[in-house]
Amino acid sequence: MSELSPKNQPPAEDAESEPRPGRVRKPIGWSTIIIAALVAVSAALVWRRDGTDGVLDILTHDLSLFGGILPRVLAGCLLGAFISEILPHEKVSRSLGPKSGLKGLLIGTAFGAILPGGPFTAYPVASALLAVGADFGATIAMVVSWTLIGYGRAVAWEIPIMGTDFTLWRIVISLPLPVLAGALGRFVYVRLYPKRDSDEDAA
Amino acid sequence: MSAALLIDMLLWGSVFGVGLIAFRRGPPVFKASLREGSMDFINIVPRIALGVIGSGYIAAIIPQEVITGWLGADSGWLGVATAVVAGAATPGGPVIGFSIGTVALKSGGGVPQVVAYVVAWALFAFQRVILWEIPFMPARFVWFRCAVSVPFPFLAAAIAMVIGKP
Repeated sequence: MSELSPKNQPPAEDAESEPRPGRVRKPIGWSTIIIAALVAVSAALVWRRDGTDGVLDILTHDLSLFGGILPRVLAGCLLGAFISEILPHEKVSRSLGPKSGLKGLLIGTAFGAILPGGPFTAYPVASALLAVGADFGATIAMVVSWTLIGYGRAVAWEIPIMGTDFTLWRIVISLPLPVLAGALGRFVYVRLYPKRDSDEDAA
Repeated sequence: MSAALLIDMLLWGSVFGVGLIAFRRGPPVFKASLREGSMDFINIVPRIALGVIGSGYIAAIIPQEVITGWLGADSGWLGVATAVVAGAATPGGPVIGFSIGTVALKSGGGVPQVVAYVVAWALFAFQRVILWEIPFMPARFVWFRCAVSVPFPFLAAAIAMVIGKP
């Protein structure tokens, strides 16, 4: 990592004084409405086919699933919040920003691969990275890496259900994909939003 | 020790690790991020509740044979393309996605098609995108990420065709 900046490394105080660009929290978006409609229609169809017992069976099963997931969601949200607070913006935009090159994509890939937890961790953390200066390319590499070569889902679900051979083989095939996806994302992004890119450079 | 427990320990270990770093930056930093994280949690819970409690119903009405029938070994690139659509359209969580993949493999599905299915499901299963990714990430990023991910299940299938079976 080059240390050519003439000024001294600024202390972490900027993390305190400057509120991080907050996420827009939509109360109820269209995605929620679509899912709610899908769930209502499906539940009605299940009720017609299997009666009240069928509906209750699924409800109790999913309620216990929900109870199990809830603490992990909290952990994911806290992880995302802490990470976006403690990562130095300047360093992140240097090592994961638009100018970070292949190294940035590799860092994003490595980060996605070692990140513990499920979607409740990956998306809050990815969102935090975007907020502190990672570009779309590196963040795409991270998300794709988490979903394709991350060990969390593979260990918890894929190996028990699909078997170790298939899973390891599938992961080997997937190894190059995060970097390629990130590179493609970066390639398309600078052509799609040339202005935004220069804004980010200036910031 | 179960894998899930191990992953939970890693997860909470990471939370405590980064929390400790934040705390050493000073209590205001720690408190601000704690509040931020808790607010995210409170905002996200209703959507998670809807998705998790509802996904069982969505999965219950989609017959799995419809999806597995598309992934035959002789289906070639058309089969790969259908596998990608099927992966994106599969409702429910990982149990359903991987079970469908296993059923397809056991009932004569082609390996490249099943790989394309599993990779497409991992990249853009609609329910995960709508339920998890959009609430947490800027929508513009999510659509962009999905669009540039489209070639990759095909690429995975091509690699599977070249290097052969597991």
